[in-house]
Amino acid sequence: MKTKIREILTKTAKLPVDVATLRDDDDLFNAGLTSFGTVELMMALEEAFDLEFPDKMMNRRNFASISGIEQALQSILSEHA
Amino acid sequence: MCQNCPQPQGFLAELIDTGLLIDTGVDGLYGRSGLFEEVIARFDDLITRYGGQDGAEIVRFPPAMSRKHFEKSGYLKSFPQLAGTVHSFAGDERAHAQLLHNVADGVDWTDGQVSTEVVLTPAACYPLYPVVAKRGPLKADGALFDLQSYCFRHEPSKDPARMQLFRMREYVRFGTPDQVTEFRATWLERGQAMMKSLGVPLDVDVANDPFFGRAGRMLANNQRDQRLKFELLIPIESKEKPTACLSFNYHQDHFGTTWGIQTAAGETAHTACVGFGMERVALALFRHHGYDVEAWPKAVRDVLWG
Repeated sequence: MKTKIREILTKTAKLPVDVATLRDDDDLFNAGLTSFGTVELMMALEEAFDLEFPDKMMNRRNFASISGIEQALQSILSEHA
Repeated sequence: MCQNCPQPQGFLAELIDTGLLIDTGVDGLYGRSGLFEEVIARFDDLITRYGGQDGAEIVRFPPAMSRKHFEKSGYLKSFPQLAGTVHSFAGDERAHAQLLHNVADGVDWTDGQVSTEVVLTPAACYPLYPVVAKRGPLKADGALFDLQSYCFRHEPSKDPARMQLFRMREYVRFGTPDQVTEFRATWLERGQAMMKSLGVPLDVDVANDPFFGRAGRMLANNQRDQRLKFELLIPIESKEKPTACLSFNYHQDHFGTTWGIQTAAGETAHTACVGFGMERVALALFRHHGYDVEAWPKAVRDVLWG
């Protein structure tokens, strides 16, 4: 899942750094992820994983790192399993 | 339903009946009476009494801005539903004849309209950022501006406090994060003191902008989580949903990054603003003190008229 998240990050978030250099726990906002980048990232994740972020999970905390995104996706997928 | 029975008289109907607002047939688009304008002018002076000593540079723009600057500002990302763009006829004689036929037939005549270089100003500060950027890096103490403009937002409503064309006064601060957050903290205090002196009930709360669509929920949630926007609320049309009359906004480096504005030290500038909804404050005063300004509480009259 992390590999796919990294692919989507590279395509959509337009970070000023190479995603390959980021560790799973690195802070994506410190790496240059913007508010609008977060929105585009969310929409791309929804399409790729065929899910929908509920309102309560639409916040910066769930997009703060690659690991954080994975946890959020797993949480959404398990709720709808 | 009884067609001839008198309809309930809401606040908007009262404002029109008393002549303070003049109906144009379009929700949210009203003429203003001399008395209404007098109250706006008195409130405008009151703002200057609180903020004038800070030495802000006064700038007044017309209620429209460059379309190129508007596009670059990012407004369309957040609020496409509110934007108002100016279009104009650019066809030949044949197209003109067709336009007139369409108008006469009551069918859509806007096919031949093309966008001009002009967009209606959505917030008083939007034309300012490219001007500041063009001046080069800020001085060490940053910059402070005093603005006022009519602004347009496409949100027709029967609530008189939600106009489509309204005036916004603003102080906008540019500088380091410390400089601009201190400015906002100062105005959070000042704004409350100023509005308390007008004898209206008020509350201050964390708020968010009306970002478009489901993805906009995320922007709104983040804005609230980071406490980037506060509003000073006064009940006008409803006690349950009081109206934002002043807002205190910390944009972080959003406009600094968008426009390439730098501090004296070469960092990306941060910005913050305090906005005053001129018509909303006037409406709050009429709502709470009545339509006869001569009968307003003496303390309030003293503050406004001195």
